Amino acid sequence: MDELLGEFLTETNEGLDQLDVELVRFEQDPNNAEMLNTIFRLVHTVKGTCGFLGLARLAKLAHAAETLMGQYRDGAPVTVEGVSVILKSIDRIKQILEGLERDGVEPQGSDADLIGKLQALALSEDAVFAPGEAGLEDDRLSVHAALDDLERAWRAAPGPEEHFELPELDGSGDANPRESHARAQTVRVSVDTLEHLMTTVSELVLTRNQLLDLVRRTGESEFKSPLQRLSTVTAELQEGIMKARMQPIANAWQKLPRLVRELSLELDKKIDLDMIGADTELDRQVLEMIKDPLTHMIRNSADHGIESPAERVRNGKSEVGRIKLSAYQQGGYIVIEVADDGRGLDAERIRAKAHETGLASLSELDRLNDSDTFKFIFRPGFSTANAVSSVSGRGVGMDVVRNNIELIGGTVELKSTSQAGTTFVIKIPLTLAIMAALIVEAAGHRFAIPQFSVVELVRTGNTSSHRVEVINDTAVLRLRDKLLPLLDLAQLLKLEDAGTTFDRIADKVLTALVIQTGARLFGVLVDFVFRTEEIVVKPMSSLVRHVSMFSGNTILGDGSVIMIIDPNALGSSAGALDVQAEAVKSFAASAQAATENKTALLLFRAGTPSLKAVPLSLITRLEGIPLSSIERCNGEDVVQYRGALMPLVYVETEAGKGGDDVQPVLVLTEGDFHVGLAVDEIVDIVEEQLTIELEAEAPGIIGAAIVKGKAVEMVDVSHYLGRGLGQRLAGKAEEALRAVRLLLIDDSQFFRSMLAPLLAARGYEVTLAGSAEEALALKDKGVVFDLIVSDLDMPGMDGIALAERLKADPTWGKTPLIALSSHSNPRLIERSRAAGFVNYVGKFDRQKLIHAIEDCCRQWGAAA
Amino acid sequence: MMLADLDQTSQGYVTVETAGQLFGLRLERVRDVFVPRGLSKIPLAPPEVAGLLNLRGRIVTAIDLRRRLGLPPRSDGSTPIAIGMEERGELYGLIVDRVGDVLRLKRSTYEANPVNLDGRWTQVCAGVHRLEHQLMVVLDVEKVLDFSQFGMTV
Repeated sequence: MDELLGEFLTETNEGLDQLDVELVRFEQDPNNAEMLNTIFRLVHTVKGTCGFLGLARLAKLAHAAETLMGQYRDGAPVTVEGVSVILKSIDRIKQILEGLERDGVEPQGSDADLIGKLQALALSEDAVFAPGEAGLEDDRLSVHAALDDLERAWRAAPGPEEHFELPELDGSGDANPRESHARAQTVRVSVDTLEHLMTTVSELVLTRNQLLDLVRRTGESEFKSPLQRLSTVTAELQEGIMKARMQPIANAWQKLPRLVRELSLELDKKIDLDMIGADTELDRQVLEMIKDPLTHMIRNSADHGIESPAERVRNGKSEVGRIKLSAYQQGGYIVIEVADDGRGLDAERIRAKAHETGLASLSELDRLNDSDTFKFIFRPGFSTANAVSSVSGRGVGMDVVRNNIELIGGTVELKSTSQAGTTFVIKIPLTLAIMAALIVEAAGHRFAIPQFSVVELVRTGNTSSHRVEVINDTAVLRLRDKLLPLLDLAQLLKLEDAGTTFDRIADKVLTALVIQTGARLFGVLVDFVFRTEEIVVKPMSSLVRHVSMFSGNTILGDGSVIMIIDPNALGSSAGALDVQAEAVKSFAASAQAATENKTALLLFRAGTPSLKAVPLSLITRLEGIPLSSIERCNGEDVVQYRGALMPLVYVETEAGKGGDDVQPVLVLTEGDFHVGLAVDEIVDIVEEQLTIELEAEAPGIIGAAIVKGKAVEMVDVSHYLGRGLGQRLAGKAEEALRAVRLLLIDDSQFFRSMLAPLLAARGYEVTLAGSAEEALALKDKGVVFDLIVSDLDMPGMDGIALAERLKADPTWGKTPLIALSSHSNPRLIERSRAAGFVNYVGKFDRQKLIHAIEDCCRQWGAAA
Repeated sequence: MMLADLDQTSQGYVTVETAGQLFGLRLERVRDVFVPRGLSKIPLAPPEVAGLLNLRGRIVTAIDLRRRLGLPPRSDGSTPIAIGMEERGELYGLIVDRVGDVLRLKRSTYEANPVNLDGRWTQVCAGVHRLEHQLMVVLDVEKVLDFSQFGMTV
């Protein structure tokens, strides 16, 4: 491309961006002479230069725009319509420039539409503004004169490059302090040159590091003091180059005034945009990354935050809404705040929406305070806008904003006060080019992990209190009474010689990095952590850019190249775990809130080295049965036990595997039948508050829990009972006729599995339903029960709604209902009573549940 | 390019040898020749990518020509050598067994790829020059670096 043309394009583009900002301000303040000058100058430059370069299409359009603006300059009243058409013309000019940049020639096309409008407006302005008619004020006259000077200066100017030489018109205007001061001392440097300098400096740093290393090894040397100086100078140079890459944040803000102007027209609101700290400097890369999130947030504030003028007046606010955008530096971070003085977030509506979209249950929401509730707006697909407007409300917004900001190691928080407005606070690192990272090693390979994502380092190992435990081939880390999903970096990256996680944790002390990305918290297992280093981030080679696990690479002090791991990518590979973790968190919280009751658990080992547990209440006796007395009958192992044959069911094991000639057996009783659960070793009986941390998919296992500081697998007794009872269930059915028919509705597999054998052991005939819908299906099939025990807190239809539905039914309406809940919330108890529950029992309170059921049977004569 | 094609005397090639086969790379595409040291493997990368290395402060992506052509790995223990090239603003190093002379070859000795050449080779080869004692396969740098073809090697 012609060098002159290239120069023209760069300057014009910059000028045009500036123009957007100026025009919007001009519309609000049409008497500002300084601003008018700037605008006129810019359009004039475009026109003049286009003529010079022979760009006919651009010149014509710019000329038409200039004519209209000339009239404004001459005192014609500035209209919204006029400014809109000029803005559109500027857009068109930008399009043409893009084409020009791409192909080197002006794209084909006609601008007759815009030129027509511009001319029509110019004519009508003429009619309105007859020369001499308007009383020109003194200051306007002076502007006029100054502009004439300006124009003369322009016409005299030989080429496009010179337009920066324009005399300052008057120093009073604050229109553009940054540019006017900077102009004299700035040199335009291409980004490539800067990048190249940066690379060279990085290499200098490396060389210096090598020299330092050398001198350190050889001890005393005359190189020492010059090297010291070299070191200092290098550091200064590095800092200088970093600074040169900085740009004022105003570059990212440039388009916002126009955006707000358009939004206020479109939404029929009055909105002012204040921008504070526009000269705050930021690395150009970061700047690019925050442009879109900022635009989106401004859009949101204008659409959701600011009320209509009428509503604002009703609420005693000024008619004009304000959006305040401010930026300032704080340590190694830049803080950007987007604040509006609108209606604030509506916590109730967010709650309703969160419930509706299934993000949280009502009772969970009850416990959240407003500021926690607000965080839902960062969830994917969440939008509380009642109607989808062209501006926002499509629910593809704040989650993307948060992701983009987190991608560059930033955070976003929000504060909101009802009727006073909402403030988003974004914190982003000053630069992406250099960051603090932990250098770690996994299976002989070194990697860098950005330090901002690492919450803490934990040494693990058999001797450590933070043990890595393995459940069903999945590693978890026990950290202060919490189970953390654990990713093994070596495995995840499929490194050679990684070995299995299990082998690795067995014979080494490893380090787990606890990493937080967004709402996700997980551990990453590495062999060691060397140190923290300031690394220079280099982009990934395009050949491997699709490997999402890495965000870039860097050269270490010793000259070797290592990959920088992207914590977000790690986070998404922990994704499946993440869902669990979130469920677990709320689950654990509810369990905590529910009761202080402890559950006695029997710990044993069977098959795998990990501990297993069953609630002690399900076990009738513990027996040691000599291997010799185990008989084989009808394809099953049986023993004679209390005058009957008791089938033995092996929990992931086989007879005698415990290494003894006595087989430990847990005896379970159901009705008159006994079933023996054969295990390898009975370890302990403990009383613990039972919290299922991870729900498992494996058959026979309900989930994992922490017991006495160890991860244990909770065994699903009903799974094994079913296996042991086999065909005997048929015989039991007769007996069941006399039993109380009880329907247990609970969405948690764990509770169903825990309560069912317990209730069965008490002689109830228990039917299980996993949801209110399942229960209703049973009702529709005509199944009849004597008593219904239902969880209140279920996804889909909850217990209260179910009770209300059942009330209407002729048969089920008379069946007594007992509510189960993990919360003892008086409001909830009240509501459950109103809905028709006769009793309300805490979920973990087994004794109370048994009593409540017995009471019911007596009182209602249900069994009869 | 056009001139070179017309001028019968003109194309220069850097010759390299890999697995006993002579290859030629257009002289103007070759930036430098270096011994690849301190190669860091990239986990999860396609097998053709041998790793990354630091060449005077710039990161070079090393590509193993043997892998790229579906040949067995080097086994003679000799030191491999890399041909430095720049493509789309990034540096690449093509790892080969040996580097030979720079040849200037006439257009008259050039022929298109033999039709029966292995598919993996035709992807990256731009024809053959008949030399006195052997054939020199011309490597097309853009195609060698076309990552959409990577990871196909079994």
